[in-house]
Amino acid sequence: MTSTVPAAEAAPAERTLFDCRDSWAATIAEVARADERVVVVVNDSVGSSKLGGFQKEFPQRTINVGIAEQDMVGIGAGLANGGKVPFVSAAGCFLTARAMEQIKADVVYSQYNVKLIGQSPGVAYGDLGPTHHSIEDFSWLRTLPGITIVAPSDPDETAQVVRWAAEHDGPVYVRVSRMGVPAVHAEDYTFVPGRAVTLREGDDVTLVATGTTVVRALDAADLLAADGVAARVLAMPTIKPLDDDAVIAAARETRGIVTIEEAMVTGLGGAVAQVVVENHPAPVRSLGFRDEFAVTGSAEWLLDHHGMSPSGIATTAQTLLG
Amino acid sequence: MSTLAPLEKNAGLVHAVETTLLAAPDREIEVLGRVPAGASRAEAVAHLRRAATEVRRRAVQTVGAAGAGHIGGEFSITDALVTLYLSVMNISPAQVEERDPERDRIVLSKGHAANALYTTLAVGGYIAPEALRTFLQPTSMLNGHPARTKIHAVEASTGPLGHGLPIAVGMALAARLDGSDRRTFVLLGDGELQEGSNWEAFMTAGHQRLDRLVALVDRNRLQQGARVADTNDLEPLADKLRAFGWEVVEVDGNDVGALLDAYAGVPAASGKPTFVLAHTDKGFPVSYMRDDVAWHHKVPSAEQVAQALTELDAVLASIDTEEEVTS
Repeated sequence: MTSTVPAAEAAPAERTLFDCRDSWAATIAEVARADERVVVVVNDSVGSSKLGGFQKEFPQRTINVGIAEQDMVGIGAGLANGGKVPFVSAAGCFLTARAMEQIKADVVYSQYNVKLIGQSPGVAYGDLGPTHHSIEDFSWLRTLPGITIVAPSDPDETAQVVRWAAEHDGPVYVRVSRMGVPAVHAEDYTFVPGRAVTLREGDDVTLVATGTTVVRALDAADLLAADGVAARVLAMPTIKPLDDDAVIAAARETRGIVTIEEAMVTGLGGAVAQVVVENHPAPVRSLGFRDEFAVTGSAEWLLDHHGMSPSGIATTAQTLLG
Repeated sequence: MSTLAPLEKNAGLVHAVETTLLAAPDREIEVLGRVPAGASRAEAVAHLRRAATEVRRRAVQTVGAAGAGHIGGEFSITDALVTLYLSVMNISPAQVEERDPERDRIVLSKGHAANALYTTLAVGGYIAPEALRTFLQPTSMLNGHPARTKIHAVEASTGPLGHGLPIAVGMALAARLDGSDRRTFVLLGDGELQEGSNWEAFMTAGHQRLDRLVALVDRNRLQQGARVADTNDLEPLADKLRAFGWEVVEVDGNDVGALLDAYAGVPAASGKPTFVLAHTDKGFPVSYMRDDVAWHHKVPSAEQVAQALTELDAVLASIDTEEEVTS
């Protein structure tokens, strides 16, 4: 029997897509050249973190602990104690799930200056299945006081976030996606932690997206515009601390909010809903994964399947307009 | 003392100043500080024995007053703590306050022995003795498990087991990157070694040949609920560590002289990290506590506190006598 499952919605043909890991790899090397405190700690993930060049250039500053994530994160805390700026880089699923207690106790509770780089996060590993997805990371990590959680949405933002993380004194989690994304930010864009970015003005409905879903929200806004709906598009690179003001303004000025994330809806969706309910109650719809493990499928297909295709997002937005 | 002031980063925290105070001890501890420079081995041993006994005298009263604590495992690790802080390590209250990058590092991985650590810090002059009266009290810096954000001398917040060794490996790697000779010490429980994360870190330290890393295991043979051997046996522990690339030194962990000798051998000539297999007794040296699993976190009654003080005062008296004989 042939499949009745629709193919992923094709992106506009003229788009150039980027793997944000390339931007991460170039930037971490640049940062390491300027700051000798910077080291990377990996779990046999030199290749998947695209750190082959870094390792060649900085062999002493590339600490590969092998397949041992608890050790990896604890070592990161110890390196920070010694004044280093460790970037602990591993697949998001193993980094956050396997080493969650080390992240909580050794890094965040101890307030150590460790950068946690979740590579290929969300459902990037697609058909490798839910064991390799890290759709829980936003939800888990945002319960930890004092951590900053960032999901850049394009290569330039990835570079800016890596540079910022190296300067910032405190624990940071950064998602670095391998899913192809176009440049979504303007050339003069400056990443400001904790600040939403209004990519599209609009007063009918607000689409709040983060990381890989930002481009999907922009495409959905185009579809809505064709139907005469002015959708505001907020890119929310920082999941924590959340830009409460931007969310409250959206709740006040538009007729509802749709959150879109490559994660469990208790991540960005939960964070936005709480701000809305506590400050200016308004309709919120959360797109993402909802109390279920993903079925088998590629990353792009899974996002479409879970209502995060441009048309899926637009359809959900329309429900808020009654 | 400045040690009662909160870290700048946590200016919102209220420490000892406005908290409940536990009943005062029978007498305040002696802030003995480090073994004086130039002390003979006998003088050093006497100083450390006196300090360890002071710590135990105070710690048992703290647990009695607070109605909670882990006195058995605190008494077994006290000699190691005192030996490190007051003699072996290159560390001082000033170095801690100034965050001297070349200070030796120490992690109490068995964080439930916090009271022994706090009391050692008081005897060493790192925190004010009166702060001990806030143990476990609302807003105190003295949590049931040590918190880095609350006490300058605490290098890593611990409590969940199996965390300290990986952190110490990171500290030792940082020292190596700096080309520094500073050493890193970590104190582990034996039951704690059932946590798999330790074995990840044993592998890494062995592979990296971190010769300035010293792990001591407090081999008191008892975990919270039963004997380690009856729960998930560690033996042959020394062989395991040798197989993981460590130099193993076995000592009587309740003998400060033996501990001094063991630490004097670091770094090992072999270039390997050192594992001090410290044979101890839970509850040492108090007769009714020794080697009894009940004293993992049992709280002594007023009579039992008094009994412990009587026995510990006899130890102090014997140290005095020995000093008189040798001087």
